Amino acid sequence: MKNTEQINQLLHLADNALIIGHRNSEWCGHGPILEQDIAISNIALDYIGQARNFYQYAATCINGNATDTKPATEDSLAYLRDVRDFKNHLITELPNGDWAQTNLRIFLFSTYQYFLYQQLQQDADAQIGAIAEKSLKEVTYHVRWAGDWVIRLGDGTEESKARMMNAVDYLWPYTGELFLDTPTSIQQQWLQKVTAVFEEAGLVIPTNTWAQKGGKEGNHTEHLGYILAEMQYIQRAYPNSEW
Amino acid sequence: MEKNLETIFQEKIDAEIRIEPKDWMPEKYRQTLIRQISQHAHSEIVGMLPEGNWITRAPSLRRKAILLAKVQDEAGHGLYLYSAAETLGISRDEMTEQLHTGKAKYSSIFNYPTLSWADMGVIGWLVDGAAIMNQVPLCRSSFGPYARAMVRVCKEESFHQRQGFEILLTLSKGTEAQRQMAQDAIDRWWWPSIMMFGPKDDESPNSILSMKWKIKRFSNDELRQKFIDVIAEQVKVLGFTLPDKDLKWNETRKHYDFGSINWDEFWQVIQGNGPCNKERLDARKKAWADGEWVRDAATAYANKKAKQNKAA
Amino acid sequence: MSFQLNKQYYGDYGEAKNGAADISTSGASKQEWPLWEIFIRNKQGLDHKHVGSLHAADAAMAIENARDVYTRRMEGVSIWAVETKFIHASNPDDAAALYDPANDKAYRHPTFYDLPEAVKYM
Repeated sequence: MKNTEQINQLLHLADNALIIGHRNSEWCGHGPILEQDIAISNIALDYIGQARNFYQYAATCINGNATDTKPATEDSLAYLRDVRDFKNHLITELPNGDWAQTNLRIFLFSTYQYFLYQQLQQDADAQIGAIAEKSLKEVTYHVRWAGDWVIRLGDGTEESKARMMNAVDYLWPYTGELFLDTPTSIQQQWLQKVTAVFEEAGLVIPTNTWAQKGGKEGNHTEHLGYILAEMQYIQRAYPNSEW
Repeated sequence: MEKNLETIFQEKIDAEIRIEPKDWMPEKYRQTLIRQISQHAHSEIVGMLPEGNWITRAPSLRRKAILLAKVQDEAGHGLYLYSAAETLGISRDEMTEQLHTGKAKYSSIFNYPTLSWADMGVIGWLVDGAAIMNQVPLCRSSFGPYARAMVRVCKEESFHQRQGFEILLTLSKGTEAQRQMAQDAIDRWWWPSIMMFGPKDDESPNSILSMKWKIKRFSNDELRQKFIDVIAEQVKVLGFTLPDKDLKWNETRKHYDFGSINWDEFWQVIQGNGPCNKERLDARKKAWADGEWVRDAATAYANKKAKQNKAA
Repeated sequence: MSFQLNKQYYGDYGEAKNGAADISTSGASKQEWPLWEIFIRNKQGLDHKHVGSLHAADAAMAIENARDVYTRRMEGVSIWAVETKFIHASNPDDAAALYDPANDKAYRHPTFYDLPEAVKYM
């Protein structure tokens, strides 16, 4: 039996993966070159896979507690909850922007996931540990792939550097939220890795420490509503159907 | 006595010996291949767009993952094909340029809009089905790199048609609204998908040459007939109908007879007047233009690093 | 003999009413990422096998791209990437001189030798 808080934590992990996966999938067919189009679609697929694992487990837990309601499924959780019920971090729902912003987001967020999943591997709940272990392999590659792009663009041309700096300015305020309820060690490890990559990229860690927050409690940016409107439209327009 | 190069070339073809990039080949053979392979590649890349715009709207997480993987596969297929064409001495940038300027064409089918989720099913079932029917014989194409690319494509393609059929099967067992959605999609895509096989044989004056060179092994009409025979049976399993009142089994021919194709529509779409020609090309051009600074930055970074390594 | 190349096959339609596409192969763009040949080892113990090519700005990217392009279905455990321009190839016109002499050296193949049953599995 899991309590509401534990179930919300599962939904939080699932929502994070789904929303960033959804954002990355928007690149499919529009990447800067064929090889990179394929690469970012792989990353999107990894995230959607992670989301499904967490949703499926959350659904099992919810159904274990419930007595009379319609059973929850991965799809009822993804497609039939509204903005205020989603618990993802704000950084995952921000628009893709350009290739610099997209890659910086993947780098910042997957580095956070890397350390988080390392910890979750040891979770008392073996199922969470197993999902974390599988996801960790994927996230390790995301950190490497996106980190390479952060360096390449930061240390590439004048234009790419300027775009990367804009991305840092835009995304940085959304990183503080990631560490509100994680052990300080995760934030320290994260900052160490990010600092190393930023140094190689010739980028500067902003001094502004103001953090935008609220995602986990359902206080989102306006962007999430549009994501859900698009993502959930068929389920909403044709209720109670199999697809 | 020295045999002339063209005779040796044709003997190889006749003996089913594959031609490899550095072998001598008639200039027209090379040109025909570049054109065909690059147009095939363009079709894969433009073909990502009509389905790609449903990735964010797919109605379940399972469907979302499958569709994304499928559209990504198409990018991979485009890449294999561009690589095969590059062995003939044309660069990918040049081919991209030809697509963007309208010099090179792509399959007319991708200029039709995808209006409902059922279109994802129909594209998999009919469009990929027609593509597979065309592509399987291309695995034995006389040009080695093309044949090898097609083997890889066909291997990966096998799940594409099945996932499409599965979408339609699910809809066929669904609500009345879902069944209508599926029938409507079949009605819209049927004729464009049988046009995919290209014009009638008697309007294809160079068939003989391409057949002689074994670039292609079956004629347009042969493949079209084979496709119609298969689909006319499969549609019964789904419980839907094909929008052709003349479609019926001909016991003498042992084939399905079918109604006449609107070739004017086909040529209009090929000429750029299809419902989505402009959107498709604009989307490709925009992705390419938006990506320029990315490609340049990676080049600049690679050059910088190469210089540093040399200095070190 | 001249051919009017306006026939259409699958993947080869489009120029009939527009004139042939320009397929000139001159002047590759200076900005294009270089081409790499990719070799993949399917499993430990096997040789790396050529699987195709791709574009990448540098070697690290070539390997990452190869992972994403050519191992989407778990086809590999090890990747080699070689920039295409560094590959030296034999000239196919020399094929007769290079390989035909091996035709009559059957003694290089194990089946050339008749061995008694007792040592069949040598």
